[in-house]
Amino acid sequence: MKDAPTLLAGEAELHAFVDGRLAADERAAVQARLDADPAAAAQVREWQELREALRGLHAGLLDDPVPPALLAAAQQFDHRTSRLGQWQRWGGIAASLLLAFGVGWGSHGQWRAQQEVAGSPAVRARLVSTFGHEAMVAHAVFSPEVRHPVEVEARQQEHLVQWLSKRLNRPLKVPNLGQQGYELVGGRLLPGEKGARAQFMYQNPRGDRITLYIGALDANGGAPAGETAFRFTSQGDVATFYWVDDGFGYALAGKLPRATLLVLSESVYQQL
Amino acid sequence: MAAAANDVVAYIPDLRRYARTLTGDAWAADDLVQDTLERACKGWQLWTAGSDLRAWLFTVMHNVFVDGARRALRQQHHRVDVDDVADELVAPARAPEQTLDLQRCLMRLPQEQREVLLLVSVQDLGYEEVAKITRVPVGTVMSRLSRARSRLRELMDGRQAAAAPAPVALRRLK
Repeated sequence: MKDAPTLLAGEAELHAFVDGRLAADERAAVQARLDADPAAAAQVREWQELREALRGLHAGLLDDPVPPALLAAAQQFDHRTSRLGQWQRWGGIAASLLLAFGVGWGSHGQWRAQQEVAGSPAVRARLVSTFGHEAMVAHAVFSPEVRHPVEVEARQQEHLVQWLSKRLNRPLKVPNLGQQGYELVGGRLLPGEKGARAQFMYQNPRGDRITLYIGALDANGGAPAGETAFRFTSQGDVATFYWVDDGFGYALAGKLPRATLLVLSESVYQQL
Repeated sequence: MAAAANDVVAYIPDLRRYARTLTGDAWAADDLVQDTLERACKGWQLWTAGSDLRAWLFTVMHNVFVDGARRALRQQHHRVDVDDVADELVAPARAPEQTLDLQRCLMRLPQEQREVLLLVSVQDLGYEEVAKITRVPVGTVMSRLSRARSRLRELMDGRQAAAAPAPVALRRLK
């Protein structure tokens, strides 16, 4: 019994009693013992209280929505086992959005099916425009969120930046858009076509939200997409400027006029 | 096996709560869950279809947690063990005092005792299952459980000074 030097005689059955691990007859036997042994009964009561207190600890997490980054990690199981389309990793929320956006998404499946030549201009171009679309979808999914617009709030900015930098494998900087009237709300981690993506959300006093979407665009470890000029795309009322700098993609999305968004994008670009 | 992800997703709240109580820190907890899911995904073929998926996920989390603790030991100048800063952890504003005290005391237990106590008390796993998850004999699970319970009791009582109950009159097993 050298594995259990601290266990007292008759103690194991008391633990089993507290943890509901006894069969009915064993349980009755322990109950009889407790009735006759106030010390053991007191001990059991203490453990039961402790057990209940522990079960209440952070029990609220059970009802909290699962953070998208964790959902995305779990979706990888399907991806591994049945090669489902990349976008299914987004889960249900995005599925409806994809339907809403509709146009232009058919190319995704074909893209995955065809042989990718890393670094070829065509693949690179598609990589970049896919990134822009991702940013727009991510904006449309999360900017209307009232309760959970971000995973990590701005007041924990230091932690947010550390965390996202670790996940994206590159030190990130959060641009300051205060001059333009936008304050940081926070950020979240998302799955993208080519790996982890960070989304920073900003909001102005009127409640307008813009999101900055960041992630590496190195194609399969091949040549990075290098640099590109600003590109513009819009769908519905969401406009997006996106560009590539040093193999990293950036996209700023919002329900804003093109000119306004451009000013903001230039400010972001200069700060990064 | 198209239902794989859905099955896994269903256990994420459990994993999050376990990680949260184990690490005492919301960020460390979700990092632990994330690492667990990633490792579980890579080792998916190691899961035997039809066996208990939940217990398997807890096993993977145990391994990730233990590896993380080892890494923390090796890189102590880079990382701070949560045990060392348990007292300084910023508490959520609305958490009641009891919860804070309990989590703090929990963080003072050796991690192997904390794991066993939580797996048994909160996750309702059987002693044999916990033995499998933590890869130790059942006897060791029982002794860790026993030590964890009495130590946690002492720590919690320590808050209210001398109000501790008289020691229980049980004979020590030789």
